[in-house]
Amino acid sequence: MTRLANTMDRLSRRRGLISYIVAGHPHPDVTVPAMHALVEAGSDVIELGMPFSDPMAEGKIICRAHACALQHGVGLDDVFNMVESFRATDSHTPIVLMGYTNPVEQFGVQSFIDAMHNAGVDGLLLVDMPYDEAESIHMQIQNYQMSMIFLITPTTDSERVCAINKMASGFIYCVSLTGITGADHVNSEEVIDRLAHLRPLVHHPLAVGFGIKDIHTATQIATKADAIVLGSILSETMESEDDVPAAIHTLLTPYRKALDQIREDPL
Amino acid sequence: MHEHLSHSPDTSGHFGDYGGRFVAETLISALNQLEHTYQKVRNDAHWNDALSRNLQQYVGRPSPLYHAAAWSRQLGGAQIYFKREDLNHTGSHKINNALAQVHLAHYMGKKRIIAETGAGQHGVATATAAARLGLECVVYMGAEDITRQASNVYKMKLLGAQVVAVHDGSCTLKDALNEALRDWVTNVENTFYVIGSVAGPHPYPMMVRDFQKIIGEETYHQCLECLGKQPNVLVACVGGGSNAIGLFYRFIEEKSVRLIGVEAGGVGNALGEHAAALTYGRRGVLHGMRSYLLSHASGQVAPTTSIAAGLDYPGVGPEHAWLKDCGRAEYVTVTDEQAIHAFHEISTHEGILPALESCHALAYTRIIATKMSSQDNIVVNLSGRGDKDLEQIAAREEQAN
Repeated sequence: MTRLANTMDRLSRRRGLISYIVAGHPHPDVTVPAMHALVEAGSDVIELGMPFSDPMAEGKIICRAHACALQHGVGLDDVFNMVESFRATDSHTPIVLMGYTNPVEQFGVQSFIDAMHNAGVDGLLLVDMPYDEAESIHMQIQNYQMSMIFLITPTTDSERVCAINKMASGFIYCVSLTGITGADHVNSEEVIDRLAHLRPLVHHPLAVGFGIKDIHTATQIATKADAIVLGSILSETMESEDDVPAAIHTLLTPYRKALDQIREDPL
Repeated sequence: MHEHLSHSPDTSGHFGDYGGRFVAETLISALNQLEHTYQKVRNDAHWNDALSRNLQQYVGRPSPLYHAAAWSRQLGGAQIYFKREDLNHTGSHKINNALAQVHLAHYMGKKRIIAETGAGQHGVATATAAARLGLECVVYMGAEDITRQASNVYKMKLLGAQVVAVHDGSCTLKDALNEALRDWVTNVENTFYVIGSVAGPHPYPMMVRDFQKIIGEETYHQCLECLGKQPNVLVACVGGGSNAIGLFYRFIEEKSVRLIGVEAGGVGNALGEHAAALTYGRRGVLHGMRSYLLSHASGQVAPTTSIAAGLDYPGVGPEHAWLKDCGRAEYVTVTDEQAIHAFHEISTHEGILPALESCHALAYTRIIATKMSSQDNIVVNLSGRGDKDLEQIAAREEQAN
């Protein structure tokens, strides 16, 4: 069983917390300590954002994080170095790289996948590569026992959900709303209805993300999801605090606690 | 390989290796719906008749093919003809596409229109069409472009559109496109995104080409009428590439006709000094498509420079990328200086103030015309009028003095 599959399997017993940060934000030196802090504060999976000049699916906060990382000159080699140094002391927390297609293709798809594998990455999510365009990269990733993570959104019809379910591995990232990251119109009831609709069609754990910014919303959604994803709220906290690991602890600990109190079966 | 060049793209929107749909999952269903509706109306006689009537009576088509006799004589080479898209309502070829897409939006029951714009020509054209059909219209425009194309911003406001300044990145067309995509992802249920060039995810490159191909179809018949034959060369400027593909498409199978696209050479040939994706770019993915792209080795999209806001874009339509690789079309550059020189020459010799974008095509026409015989004919797409550029040109010349 792969590291990601193992972790996801454990989520049948506890709700997952997936934490997204942009590599190099707010400073490249902070990223590895921040990753350890995410784990200590209760994150089950780390999504590490690969900085891109044109992050089209991101809201203002995460756009700022990408721009900040690029100002520090963070490239893919740096991202792989960060993962490697994180792996020196943490061999169990799965890491999913999240980003956009162009930097990966300019790096060279095969070199990129080799580097993922060597650094100890577990999965890849390319926001602007829907499954229709992903067949070849997905095959290559699978050959290395890593996962290609796909998004399902409120506009994805059942036929596509089934097709995505077939190609997916690890987990499926269920986007909570029609919009960009950090949006403020997430509706928990709609998300819960949607999860109920998705369950019979999907045979992977469902992680819900986009627009989750408070514990109440997080717990409401998590009663029916396998995991929730926090992104914008983390980036916002990280850019305004000097002691980033401490700020991560303060932010995430209550989320972890609240998630651990959920007794309901997500199915 | 060349046999089916005009039967593209394939059903998944690929022109060879280019094109496709590289967008967030949220947009896929909207793109499917758009493609489905477009496939339905494109062969519908009623829809086509209505569009044709609009193009005649509202836009003023067909646009004339004008023999620039004085300029041709001055250069002493080939005979040069202007396809006068500058005479269209709203002053450029952009209205051909904007009008058709806004009608499509109306047909699909969408109440809200969004668009990105660089020079403002596509924004004005979209605002115009939206005003006529009573649809809400929001136009995203880079903050730098808002400054250099102020008169078009005012026009859009007069037409009832809301112009949103984009302050991200380089504050130009690329950033306006990012912001329009973010709006579309958020409001996809009630909003139609009118893309202004043969760029973006499938079906836009195909659909916009189809709405612009009337330029070449008219040119084909006008050449037969006034020359009794087809021209030797077609020249058009290329930013995203809609006026160029519009002129070229009818001629793709006419192998004796050279097709030349002219990119913005800006102020130099180093990355960042120009906007010439086909000439200096590499294969990449941005804004929903795989095409040539000006990108650093790191994969970060490079900044661009051009005096012409409408060409100041790091990507290019996927069909151009394919025509280049197949060798069917040639792509070259001219600099800001050469474009400005052409602007003055056409103003004084032909009494026409061309848009700075079109001046790129004119500047290259100038170079090749002198090497051709007076029996040869060149058609250059005069894709827009220069009224929008007058303040920018005046300011530039004041600074130089």
